[in-house]
Amino acid sequence: MTQISRRNILLGSAAAGAGLALTACTSNDPASNAQVKTDTSGNANAAAGQKVIIGFSAPAADHGWIAAITNNAKAQAKQYSDVELRTVEAGTDAAAQRAALSTLIAQKPNVIVMLPYDGKELNAAGLEAMQAGIPVVNLDRAFPSAAAYRLQIKGDNYGMGLAAGKYIGDQLKAKGVSNPIIGEIPGIDSLELTQERTKGFNDALAVYGFKVANRRPAEFTADSGQAAATALLQALPKMDALWNHDDDQGIGVLAAIKQANRSEFFMVGGAGSKSAIDGIAKDDTVLKATVTYSPSMASSAISLARLIGQGKGMSDLVELQVPKEITLASETITKDNASKYAPLGF
Amino acid sequence: MITESALPRVEKTHKLDDGVVRNLGLVGVLLLLVVIGIITRPELYSDPTWVKNNFLTILQQASAIGVVTVGMTFVIIGGGIDLSVGAIIALAGVWATTLATQSYGAAGMIFTALVVGLAVGLVNGVLIAYGKLVPFIATLAMLVSARGLAAQISGKQTQVSTNETINSIASTKLLGIPLLVWILGLVVLAGWVLLNRTTFGRRTVAVGGNPEAARLAGINVKGHTLLLYMLSGLCCGIAAIMLTSQATSAQAAMANLYELDAIAAAIIGGTLLSGGRGTIVGALFGVLVFSTITNLFAINNLSTEVQNMVKGGIIVAAVLIQQFRYRSLTNLLRRRNDPDKPSQHPSR
Repeated sequence: MTQISRRNILLGSAAAGAGLALTACTSNDPASNAQVKTDTSGNANAAAGQKVIIGFSAPAADHGWIAAITNNAKAQAKQYSDVELRTVEAGTDAAAQRAALSTLIAQKPNVIVMLPYDGKELNAAGLEAMQAGIPVVNLDRAFPSAAAYRLQIKGDNYGMGLAAGKYIGDQLKAKGVSNPIIGEIPGIDSLELTQERTKGFNDALAVYGFKVANRRPAEFTADSGQAAATALLQALPKMDALWNHDDDQGIGVLAAIKQANRSEFFMVGGAGSKSAIDGIAKDDTVLKATVTYSPSMASSAISLARLIGQGKGMSDLVELQVPKEITLASETITKDNASKYAPLGF
Repeated sequence: MITESALPRVEKTHKLDDGVVRNLGLVGVLLLLVVIGIITRPELYSDPTWVKNNFLTILQQASAIGVVTVGMTFVIIGGGIDLSVGAIIALAGVWATTLATQSYGAAGMIFTALVVGLAVGLVNGVLIAYGKLVPFIATLAMLVSARGLAAQISGKQTQVSTNETINSIASTKLLGIPLLVWILGLVVLAGWVLLNRTTFGRRTVAVGGNPEAARLAGINVKGHTLLLYMLSGLCCGIAAIMLTSQATSAQAAMANLYELDAIAAAIIGGTLLSGGRGTIVGALFGVLVFSTITNLFAINNLSTEVQNMVKGGIIVAAVLIQQFRYRSLTNLLRRRNDPDKPSQHPSR
């Protein structure tokens, strides 16, 4: 099968590439839009210290957010003269990532930063590293066992829903809408993160006495977002507000809204992509806000892994060591603060 | 036992059966779905503008998958299967939306998508016809590698199309009907003519029904098989532009599971999975049934999980009906040909 795949890739790309050779370069320069902490003036922790080797592993995914996670980690590591980043390809499933991690553990880095394919399935790998004396920084997908990580830094899915619901509730209340028709387009519905986002959204709306009128899940892709939004717009000929969980699929959602020629409602996005933040700043579509779930957490994870490796704490805290858990707040980006958040767009 | 002299009559009866009864059945299913819609959401259906809009939306949502299904129907009638259609769409879409390709304008993007589709179809066809790989394995390998290549080319990120001509395809209407629906109509018409009115179509049925007999009859089976996969690839290239226009972007994960939807629609439309028999119009109705179910579930705010279960049920029902009718027809013919011999299935 490997042979066939290789043959297919070669044949396929060679045939398709004939006469189109110059189309082969991509529009994405990974380093150009990474989110890194550069301004370190007055921060004692920024001074070069003991050398730290950080092992890094994230799944090979086809979503912009995961791509940004890896890009950010690499870009942040480059900021420090005392950090050496060793990345391992994690493949496309938990077993592949486990195998990659055991080769990483064997190399004895000072700290391991990993975004597990699945926290439950890679718990044992985290334990193995910790028992080998390598502190593990878990990125975003929690391990069930607290012994399997030294630090966990993650986004707040429930908080995202809460923030989106609060923004929509506030706006509708200010407009004096009493019985609003609210639509929701989540991502892959079977994922726990989607369920948490939806729960947060419903809880926030309940405070205002509002509820979701129709909910059409998509698959975190623009084409599925377009299909889900088209169906939703047909089902709700009049709508007041819409929350779309993910800005990547939001490209398709906005396209569907434009194709249907609808503008009587406002929309809130999710995650905080660059195109969404730019759109909010321009204010020329129904997208008026987005709630963050930023891949900047990967940059922070590298910074904190470095501190853990050097035995330092976070300079603003009293504690001498880095805390064990950090959950990012889901912030709401609107036209007013879009310029401030623009550098964090991915 | 069917006597050999009875065989041609079986075939003939089946043709009539396929063309009329099956499609009437599918039209009946579509009407039933609409009636359920009217009963459950009368306030929506009381607005004529909404009804017209909804009808066009259902057609529009069926358009890209419909084009893919036409290609898939040819491949299945020809005795093969193409599991790589979704991946081909992703590769063609992503390649057409890279900044380098976009700089050549809409024509460059469309050309790229079609060439990529054809080229991947060519590779599939070469592997299957000349490399003697089982179609299932060859196209499964292509599914994996084409998505991999698409992820590589796109840098795993959503490629936004900034070309207004491409983006406007999805919102353009001709004579009040969306351009995407016209494209679907043209592809279905071309597919129908190709299958029912040309030597190519007759050869496809022959190759799928009995490749050895087709070879003995002087048909270049390998060359024909190659053309069938290229046809499927070309349909994917067309669908890639349609989807890119709808989503104003492309990415490696786009057109997820389109292969299953296309195969299911073809089978519901009466295409035999073992090859040698099938209709384009039936396949179109198969796609419309799925598109209408999605619409029905959306307007009633029902969960997509249940929707998928219903879709699965419809596939099973369609195949069961197909088998049941095949058996009862065979029985009927048997009795007619040999009235003294009792039927092997007296209960039917």
